Amino acid sequence: MREIDAKDITEQVKRLCMEANSYLPEDIKERICRSEQEEPWELAKNILGIIRENYQIAEENYVPVCQDTGMACVFLEIGQDVHINGNLEEAVNEGVRQGYTEGCLRKSVVRDPLDRVNTKDNTPALIYYDIVPGDGLKLTVAPKGFGSENMSQIKMLKPSDGIQGVKDFILKVVEDAGPNPCPPIVVGVGIGGTFDKAALLAKKALMRSTNVRNASPLYAALEEEMLQKINSLGIGPQGVGGRTTALAVNIEQMPTHIAGLPVAVNINCHVTRHKTVEL
Amino acid sequence: MEKRITTPLTLEQVKDLKCGDSVLISGVIYTARDAAHKRLCELIAQGKELPFEVKDSVIYYVGPAPAKGSQVIGSAGPTTSYRMDAYSPALIALGQRGMIGKGKRSPEVVEAMKQHGAVYFGAIGGAGALLSRCIKKAEVIAYEDLGAEALRRLEVEDLPAFVIIDCEGNNLYETGRKEYLESVGQVK
Repeated sequence: MREIDAKDITEQVKRLCMEANSYLPEDIKERICRSEQEEPWELAKNILGIIRENYQIAEENYVPVCQDTGMACVFLEIGQDVHINGNLEEAVNEGVRQGYTEGCLRKSVVRDPLDRVNTKDNTPALIYYDIVPGDGLKLTVAPKGFGSENMSQIKMLKPSDGIQGVKDFILKVVEDAGPNPCPPIVVGVGIGGTFDKAALLAKKALMRSTNVRNASPLYAALEEEMLQKINSLGIGPQGVGGRTTALAVNIEQMPTHIAGLPVAVNINCHVTRHKTVEL
Repeated sequence: MEKRITTPLTLEQVKDLKCGDSVLISGVIYTARDAAHKRLCELIAQGKELPFEVKDSVIYYVGPAPAKGSQVIGSAGPTTSYRMDAYSPALIALGQRGMIGKGKRSPEVVEAMKQHGAVYFGAIGGAGALLSRCIKKAEVIAYEDLGAEALRRLEVEDLPAFVIIDCEGNNLYETGRKEYLESVGQVK
């Protein structure tokens, strides 16, 4: 049994909160640059140039790429042979508290959806635990902004709707969102499972590098096809028209019920942030 | 070609701004998001005085990150504007001339803009680090308890934005997309 101190988890969560908010993942930066080069519409190209300049400023000065430094989504893959010394949930929240306070990140969490009083330290984090074989611990922090989160949707399709129903729904969500989620966007799609699992799959899809396609040829082709279709809508960066509406489409799928075809579409903006460490 | 504009924003200036124009905004602007708008509209409903001069004002929909080190203000890009749709017509009726945000507006807001003469600017969502550099001074003037959502007075220099909806109701989200699709031979 391997022992991991809860204090080490606090330290890592703190660091990841600060770094994820200032340093965009390499694949996202590459896609922004490539889109800027390939964008045929002048205003759209200029906007992509400003978006590139913005993440460079954030990186050089270690300041947040976007003022919406998000809710801290924390994913833990805990080896079944690991024992945590201390309170794990409190350790994660303490990391968020310290990261958001010391890192001058915005505190965007309210304690209750209706009374709406700010908790002033961005806690609680949204924590997901997976128990996996082995004695490792993989920790991912993904600060999620709500301009794009608010544009996400879920639908319980019928099995007869099939792949065409899935395609139509993904396009509908992107169309409904229009300029609101700060395009160019990254589209995370979860297909299958239950109502709640589809949504979680969609969120997890956003954590995958956009350079890695789905392992199944069927879904990999669907990712490519949907990216092409979304970039034919003409919404463009910030919705002013242009080719670059999305940087990538990532899909995750899982088994589901004979009666169901759940599809969740989780939208992320061009500030698609996540950072992982393995302990 | 960028148009330089300075606040306060008069009706004459507003009439000169057309959908699709790139602008650089300088002068004093105010920040407010949902929570501050709600309080402003409560004051209007009660016939009370507002914490700033609304006539010819520009409101920036932003909840900035805290300042770090020597910064005047932390990252400060626009938030999504539709959440202010319920409140904007009342402020526009009092003479608010400009709104800076991102994303769609409701028909009610556009109607108020046409009736009273106001303009909706889009700043680049997600470009908060870059936009914060255009803010030269920032102070909280009301609702400090709201934290990031407090009402702030900002002095800005050459803040880049686009005219999304002009005072005639022309909308760049519609025209820009249509023109782009026509340019690539797709008709929407």
